[in-house]
Amino acid sequence: MKMLDTIKDFIVRNFLFGDAGTLTHDTLLLENEVVDSTGLLEIIEFLETTFSITIEDHELLPQNLDTIKNIAQFVSNKKGNEQCAV
Amino acid sequence: MCGLAGFVSLQNNNHGMHLASLKTMVRSMNHRGPDESGVYIDDFAGLGHCRLSIVGVLGGTQPIHDEDKTLWIVFNGEIYNYVELRNNLVRRGHRFYTRTDTEVIVHLFQEKGMKCVEDLNGQFSFAIWNPDKKELFLARDRLGVRPLHYSVYNGVFYFASEVKAFFSLPGFPREMDEKSLDQVFTFWTTLPGRTMFKNIFELMPGHTLCINDRSQKQHKYWDIPLYPREAQSDFPLATLVDNVRELLIDSIRIRLRADVPVGTYLSGGLDSSGITALVVKNFNTNVRTFGITFGDSRFDESNYQRQMADFLSVNHSEVAATNLKIRENFNRVIWHAEKPLLRTAAVPLFLLSQQVRKSNIKVVLTGEGADEFCGGYAIFRETLARRFVAKNPCSRFRLRAIEELYPEIFASPRARLTMHGFFSQGLTDVDNPFFSHLPRWKTTARTKSFFSEDLQRTLQSYDGLDDCAAFLPHDFGKLDAVAKAQYLEIMIFLSNYLLSSQGDRVAMGNSVEIRFPYLDHRLLEYLGRVPTHWKILGLNEKHILKRALSDVLPAQIVNRTKQAYRSPVQESLIDNSDDIFPEAYISEQKLKATGLFDPKKVLLLLEKVRSGNVGSETDGMALSGIVSTQMFYNLFIADFSPELSDCTFSIIEDHRTNR
Repeated sequence: MKMLDTIKDFIVRNFLFGDAGTLTHDTLLLENEVVDSTGLLEIIEFLETTFSITIEDHELLPQNLDTIKNIAQFVSNKKGNEQCAV
Repeated sequence: MCGLAGFVSLQNNNHGMHLASLKTMVRSMNHRGPDESGVYIDDFAGLGHCRLSIVGVLGGTQPIHDEDKTLWIVFNGEIYNYVELRNNLVRRGHRFYTRTDTEVIVHLFQEKGMKCVEDLNGQFSFAIWNPDKKELFLARDRLGVRPLHYSVYNGVFYFASEVKAFFSLPGFPREMDEKSLDQVFTFWTTLPGRTMFKNIFELMPGHTLCINDRSQKQHKYWDIPLYPREAQSDFPLATLVDNVRELLIDSIRIRLRADVPVGTYLSGGLDSSGITALVVKNFNTNVRTFGITFGDSRFDESNYQRQMADFLSVNHSEVAATNLKIRENFNRVIWHAEKPLLRTAAVPLFLLSQQVRKSNIKVVLTGEGADEFCGGYAIFRETLARRFVAKNPCSRFRLRAIEELYPEIFASPRARLTMHGFFSQGLTDVDNPFFSHLPRWKTTARTKSFFSEDLQRTLQSYDGLDDCAAFLPHDFGKLDAVAKAQYLEIMIFLSNYLLSSQGDRVAMGNSVEIRFPYLDHRLLEYLGRVPTHWKILGLNEKHILKRALSDVLPAQIVNRTKQAYRSPVQESLIDNSDDIFPEAYISEQKLKATGLFDPKKVLLLLEKVRSGNVGSETDGMALSGIVSTQMFYNLFIADFSPELSDCTFSIIEDHRTNR
């Protein structure tokens, strides 16, 4: 499954309980009340486990986590960087 | 402490007003008063009562009457200043035939009519019937400690302590009010006066209701005493502290009045520790104390309880609220609460009152009210902090300042992300009267996404906030931000949830009476005059109370970080080795039967919880709300089986012309 779909699927199951409604990859998650603030912590945990990455505290920024597209971009960058580091 | 019930004919209609119906209503509430029962009936009205004997144990069977039997009363509760009131009335020539507080009300009513309530210091609901005038007078205490419901059915006015008394009458309509369900899934409880049932109402706290065949007049005799700064006191802090302590001690003194032993609940927090310490120091060194323990350290306070019990050398009993016990007793608690609950916290208190009763104690003092009136809850400090940020939301300095003020909740960078999100909600709404509570209510209302399509269609665009606004007093806008938050917290959460579902109902479920020293109206009126900055100093909560209690408590108890009383939800309700419980209430079939929730969504929530993902507080509220609504619906709407106990009616006053 594409990363975008994996993330969207998690959000739909976990926060919307199957009801995707009008959710797109560009929907602002907090502003549109898809995810509440404690939900962000669940997303971070999900990203770390599913994509085997470690998110540093200084990376916990709204621009990294505010839409599905930005989350996927952020994870891709991290994975790319980690591979480079190896 | 007791249960009361009755009916009055409206427009000369006495359909269904039988002695047997009256007895049935009383028998259905026997847990409220297992010691004695009595009834009064004439051609126009009936009064029924079951009694838990505490004051004037012998000879206090109700209904009670005045000298010439022109007034008849049934009463639930306690009037703590009855000794003084009685002496006064005797001096004025009134003659008494019992030693009870109940009889005092009758004579006070003779003197002052409906204004009698202003003189009463206590927790009460009562009904006085005047057969000559054919007039019924109902009253409820200032904060609604004691319940009182009413309804009109087939042209007859019915009233009772609990709704189950109505439903025990064959044919009495049982219909759930969907808007009330919406309110529970927003405010954690229904708004004042509302019940979970259509056409059944609750007399609001601080109100009286006068009924005859021409009219029904409702009157508000007391409002929550919170005042704008200019109406508050300028006394020095030391004076305020001394007066608060004195009032609290006097409140405890009169709340220990009983002809049976009185115990205390000891949670290990400031409020209940303070009460217990004042009892031991001033009145009773042998008081029995009771506390709840949890296996999970996030909820457990037993170390502090034991520390206090050792410090005071009292006989302390513990009840372990295990996940299994919470799960097993949840349905029983919903039976008593007559409402769905978004948290499980009422269950451990039900287990606690069970322990109290087993220990042969009928009465306990407890610490509710201090957090509301002295500024203890986090929501009050959050309100201050959010207003501070709202003045300039872009200022990083302001956010940092808040972090310094709340080191514990900004402890980890990840939690900080959450808290910044929280503090940033609704910052443009500073002038909204609900500013303090909007983030909480919005978060709670997310649980409504589990409502079925049918239910959502029925509710359409209903918004409980519109109804809530109607209850605010006209000068609400003059209060400071914390006082506004206090008003909302007291009006909604204290009266309709803490004192009811988590108070009266779970205590009376085991025939135990709870008394609230912090809710003495003299103390509340005084605290209303104390400036907000003495309640929350900087961001140190309950400053004035800490000062007032510092002489009688160990420093560790006074200075400990406040821990809100909570109990596990996900962990207690869902255990992967127990399929029977979810199957019994939230299987696809059971959900379809009530039609209130979307089975697919509930299944995903269940999967999430089962996977070990504890999830957010919202998930917990949703789970508890869904499970308890299903229980509620099965117990009261889909079916109803009254529990009719065998009562002996030691008084049957039958005044009907054609028996």
